Amino acid sequence: MLIAKPGLDGHDRGAKVVARALRDAGMEVIYTGLRQTPEDIVEAAIQEDVDAIGLSSLSGAHMTLFPEVVRLLKKRRSGDIVVVAGGIIPEEDVPKLKRAGIKAVFGPGTPLSVIVSFFEKAGKGA
Amino acid sequence: MPAKASRDSVRGLVDSLLEGDKRSAGKLISLIEDDEPEAVEAVTRIFPHTGRAHVVGLTGPPGVGKSSLINRLVRAFRSRGKTVGVVAVDPTSPYTGGAVLGDRIRMADTGADPGVFIRSMATRGHAGGLALATFDAVRVLDAMGSDLVFVETVGAGQSEVEIASRAHTTVVVEMPLTGDVVQTMKAGILEIGDVYVVNKVDLGNEDVLVANLKFQLETRDGWTPPIIRTAALEGRGIDDLAAAIEKHASYLDQSGGRRKREVARARLEILENVQRLLVRRVSEGSRSGRAFDKLAEDVAARRLDPHAAARKLLGSGPTTAR
Repeated sequence: MLIAKPGLDGHDRGAKVVARALRDAGMEVIYTGLRQTPEDIVEAAIQEDVDAIGLSSLSGAHMTLFPEVVRLLKKRRSGDIVVVAGGIIPEEDVPKLKRAGIKAVFGPGTPLSVIVSFFEKAGKGA
Repeated sequence: MPAKASRDSVRGLVDSLLEGDKRSAGKLISLIEDDEPEAVEAVTRIFPHTGRAHVVGLTGPPGVGKSSLINRLVRAFRSRGKTVGVVAVDPTSPYTGGAVLGDRIRMADTGADPGVFIRSMATRGHAGGLALATFDAVRVLDAMGSDLVFVETVGAGQSEVEIASRAHTTVVVEMPLTGDVVQTMKAGILEIGDVYVVNKVDLGNEDVLVANLKFQLETRDGWTPPIIRTAALEGRGIDDLAAAIEKHASYLDQSGGRRKREVARARLEILENVQRLLVRRVSEGSRSGRAFDKLAEDVAARRLDPHAAARKLLGSGPTTAR
């Protein structure tokens, strides 16, 4: 699993909490840190051969950055990697993100168990 | 993951690896790391294309700056026109089997550089500071055409010395204010370096550590390990360190040390694989599986001791007790 924070905001508490929860569920989680470009994230996902990527953004740039990650993955013949999103994402953007290939959007208040079981399924190739 | 991997044939993956395809490199390392049935074929196909890369191991306590140093070294060698691979090992939780692999954060600068490949790896229960698959991953990067491969061990204490028997050049990283002269006199990690680094010299007080290290270093086979002072975050001393690594590489070539190390490593790897195959044959085969269960019962009931049980299980194998 890869947990990444594209964009310029420095709020990585959520990303870290999710990374830790996935670890505690027995997964291997690569955390790439703050301020990553979509290119950095896709490159890391390919080198690490991950099953899924969790993107977090609280800056409002998700409509630009998240679909770009999906697009670059497809371009690199890695469209099988599942991409999900979290952070501050307005309700009306969720359907648009899903149409752009983001498999799930986990807003504030989502129980960790929901996120964990989603990643577990992604890891099994479901 | 098995489903994902089988979509590409091993032969296809290795062919594209040899053309420098990173996606194939990533997938091949996963195959080997997960010990998939295809892993044996993968290693067999890759092996003839290896032996070109110079392998540098970095070890030292957690938080001493190994990842940050590698980040700087990668940039230094990239600017000298070299392609670079990195395998960074972090610990697996003994309780859940999970892991957070965070070495990549410090290497973010080199992110999308086409001449760099970074792979994180969890120990998955392997002791010694490395993962079982670490050096097969190094081979994948070697075959891909990396000139140098850096291996970062887990934050090592005093006895994680496995790296020294596998890397061409072992770099031991320490930092000031971590103990008195007796700490540097202890056996283990402070004996294995070909190059020593005192990192975080910006903290001051590094002279004491340098003096203590000097006190215990000795010349072996005509090589005296240098002590390099660095401040990785500021980039200080990195060129000196890169030069020391290059100097050790050419020393190995001139002294015949490279060949000696390769043979020593081959011995180790053959034995390891024998061990692994034996364990698998003994504990997984259905017939010996039952025999194994029976022997375990016998030992638990004090009818047999564990040493005798092991010899019995191996049957035709050597019977001399150790």
